[in-house]
Amino acid sequence: MYKIIEKNFLAENIVMFKIKAPMVAKSAKPGQFVIVRIDEKGERIPLTICDYDRSLGTVSIVVQVVGASTCKMAKLNQGDYILDFAGPLGNASEFVNLNEEELKNKKYLFVAGGVGAAPIYPQVKYLRQLGVYCDVIIGARSKELVILKEDIEKLGCRVYISTDDGSLGIRGRVTDLVKKLVEEGNTYDEVVAIGPVVMMKFVSMLTKELNIKTTVSLNSIMVDGTGMCGACRVTVGGQTKFTCTDGPEFDGHLVDYDEVIKRQNMFRDEEVRRMHHTSECSCF
Amino acid sequence: MRVPVKELKVEERIKCFDEVCLGYSEEEAVLEASRCLNCKSANCVKKCPVGVDIPKFIEYIKKREFEKAAEIIFKYNSLPSICGRVCPQEIQCEGGCVLGKKGEAVAIGKLERFIGDYVLNNDIDVFKKEPKKNKKVAVVGSGPAGLSCASTLAILGYDVTIFEALHEAGGVLVYGIPEFRLPKEKIVKKEIENLLKLGVEIKTNVIVGRTVTLNQLFDELGYEAVFIGTGAGLPKFMGIKGENANGVYSANEFLTRANLMRAFLDEYDTPLKIGKRVAVIGGGNVAMDAARTAVRLGAEVHIIYRRTEDEMPARLEEIHHAKEEGVIFDVLTNPVEILADENGWVKGMVLRKMELKGVDESGRRIPVEVEGSDYVEEFDTVIMAIGTVPNPIISYTTSEIKINNKRCIVVEEDTGKTTMEGVYAGGDAVTGAATVILAMGAGKRAAYAIDHYLSNNNN
Ligand SMILES: Cc1cc2nc3c(=O)[nH]c(=O)nc-3n(C[C@H](O)[C@H](O)[C@H](O)COP(=O)(O)OP(=O)(O)OC[C@H]3O[C@@H](n4cnc5c(N)ncnc54)[C@H](O)[C@@H]3O)c2cc1C
Ligand SMILES: Cc1cc2nc3c(=O)[nH]c(=O)nc-3n(C[C@H](O)[C@H](O)[C@H](O)COP(=O)(O)OP(=O)(O)OC[C@H]3O[C@@H](n4cnc5c(N)ncnc54)[C@H](O)[C@@H]3O)c2cc1C
Ligand code: SF4
Ligand code: SF4
Ligand code: FES
Repeated sequence: MYKIIEKNFLAENIVMFKIKAPMVAKSAKPGQFVIVRIDEKGERIPLTICDYDRSLGTVSIVVQVVGASTCKMAKLNQGDYILDFAGPLGNASEFVNLNEEELKNKKYLFVAGGVGAAPIYPQVKYLRQLGVYCDVIIGARSKELVILKEDIEKLGCRVYISTDDGSLGIRGRVTDLVKKLVEEGNTYDEVVAIGPVVMMKFVSMLTKELNIKTTVSLNSIMVDGTGMCGACRVTVGGQTKFTCTDGPEFDGHLVDYDEVIKRQNMFRDEEVRRMHHTSECSCF
Repeated sequence: MRVPVKELKVEERIKCFDEVCLGYSEEEAVLEASRCLNCKSANCVKKCPVGVDIPKFIEYIKKREFEKAAEIIFKYNSLPSICGRVCPQEIQCEGGCVLGKKGEAVAIGKLERFIGDYVLNNDIDVFKKEPKKNKKVAVVGSGPAGLSCASTLAILGYDVTIFEALHEAGGVLVYGIPEFRLPKEKIVKKEIENLLKLGVEIKTNVIVGRTVTLNQLFDELGYEAVFIGTGAGLPKFMGIKGENANGVYSANEFLTRANLMRAFLDEYDTPLKIGKRVAVIGGGNVAMDAARTAVRLGAEVHIIYRRTEDEMPARLEEIHHAKEEGVIFDVLTNPVEILADENGWVKGMVLRKMELKGVDESGRRIPVEVEGSDYVEEFDTVIMAIGTVPNPIISYTTSEIKINNKRCIVVEEDTGKTTMEGVYAGGDAVTGAATVILAMGAGKRAAYAIDHYLSNNNN
């Protein structure tokens, strides 16, 4: 059992939990994820690690309510327990394997869509602690859904915002900002884009034109997260890969995004049925 | 003639996940035992991978001394309720029985199961523990290899911790083999509880290589030896067109959703969708389990296999049960392409006829494609049961552990010693997908090797 130490709403339907899980906290690295099972009857839910504190033995996760399980999760409170919390899973971001010397002169551009700001956070934090230059773009539907902006700014990087309705930052898409920053003369060694699959697809198309190496983090449907089921398979560069053990981060220019999108909708009918089953989500 | 064993009626069992084979009663067991000739140099024993003293335990059944029979079995095999149910007896113990030459072999598996269940049902304490040695050993993976290694070490007096990646212990016994063949609450959980009684600690949700590395187990957590029993769970796919379409599952995914996550029960959250017509590709136990699970979920199920029924590696009993339950066998057939609709969902397969020509070096007939024989069949779901390779996480993350070109961990045959000091391995992780009893045997051998290593190494 894993205790919820803290719970905060970052937006109307986005919750951050700080969970006591010392073994996970000790080994966690940016880019990795955990698998959470709320109770005996729950499914295994993959969630990216958003932050970790090795001395306190805590791991933070950010959950966006999209269906029955994430809804059930959002209803949990500080002091409650989660039955299973397995991780860290997946490979750490590639830059974790680079030494300070190799990283020193590199410039990174992070592009987060919606709740994608959560997985971006530990990556930027890691790089900034080593003094690496990072710019960050956060895109969301509207102002209320922009999360972690101040936290990321505190890491000492410039944060650019785009919203669909123009309620914060520019009115438009993250790709508009990427284009703008590059046109203004900024150069980047690598773009890291995390968010909805369509967003990652369009960012990758753009950066391919701009000839900037791009890394994306895929959120395929998973069951075990240990390489045992193949539910998470994706086509990357024409080859089948397992997101949980080969990823979750891949070369954004090689991913077959249309397949990822189709596979994500695999259980949509069942999920809708299940939502009704558990009656409407009423966590807020 | 063998004493027939009671089974759940076909009409009943295809509607539920209850165990199909009901096992022998005391009377039936004693009667069946009385057929055994108590052979001197018994051939059955030679064909059992762990050499269970079959004539001796059967002798005690004849005399109704069931606890004595248990004592004999447990010397060789600590999970008889499980092995009695899942060993491919027809090619192992029973395949060697002299009575099989003219008539029917003694039902050794069913008798072993009877004794195993007797022990579980009567809470008999079969293990005699040696004094504590105050040395810690870690076991990675809680499948049959890990379980038998852990129990042997615990009996020898070691402090044993099992680390399991999933949320439940048991490996394939819980996530793969279905309830109707191996009941989870009644059998697997109880066998695991017996292990806990020996003082073995089980830590779930720990992925060794990720949550904690092998080196950390030694340096930070104070373990003096490690056994790796991580299995061969990584599913193979065929590499044909359309294989990533929605509705194409690996057997592992399909069975894990059904067994481990109980997706067939409405009150559980994990979804599973199969439609009306299901194709299962393969002819092993895994294929039969997937097919029979799909039958119970209400589908018309086809087994697609490129050789004939004679070459199928599945246990005879499984093939027999699958047929009884209405599974259709399309043999000498191989998929060449999976067809998907505009939303990316499976709608059918292009299949090709095969014929058998000659034999390969292992003596198996070689399937050859029949040219121009392609045809299309409609299916809603395709389940790939064409094999698995060893789980990758430890070898990905631990450079000291050498693997071969089949991704199997390289070990010294007799001891299970790996290329890393103090680390032993066994079961499917070493052999590739094999059997429960072979995994158990390897776990036990490694336990003795670890005992030897720790007794000589650092007293
Ligand atoms: C590596 C990884 C990291 C992730 N990190 C985060 C995160 O940090 N924050 C966050 O809010 N979400 C994250 N997700 C997505 C999250 O796992 C899903 O939103 C969640 O499982 C949906 O469950 P549900 O029952 O609430 O929704 P459902 O109603 O079941 O499904 C809604 C949608 O969520 C997706 N989904 C459903 N089941 C799964 C599953 N088992 N695995 C993956 N996706 C699924 C599908 O696209 C589906 O259409 C991550 C996914 C992966 C694979
Ligand atoms: C559907 C199916 C049906 C079968 N039917 C039969 C049958 O009828 N008869 C028979 O004899 N055999 C059968 N088998 C084969 C048999 O189950 C296996 O040979 C046997 O389970 C192998 O045991 P094992 O202990 O080596 O590995 P497994 O049972 O695979 O257990 C390995 C365990 O290690 C865990 N693990 C993996 N990596 C890590 C890690 N890094 N850290 C922590 N834990 C980890 C896994 O989660 C798993 O629980 C069947 C297999 C399947 C899949
Ligand atoms: S362990 Fe398996 S092979 Fe050996 S006697 Fe028992 S059932 Fe037969
Ligand atoms: S070979 Fe058959 S008859 Fe002989 S001891 Fe073994 S089981 Fe009994
Ligand atoms: S989630 Fe099962 S293999 Fe990746």
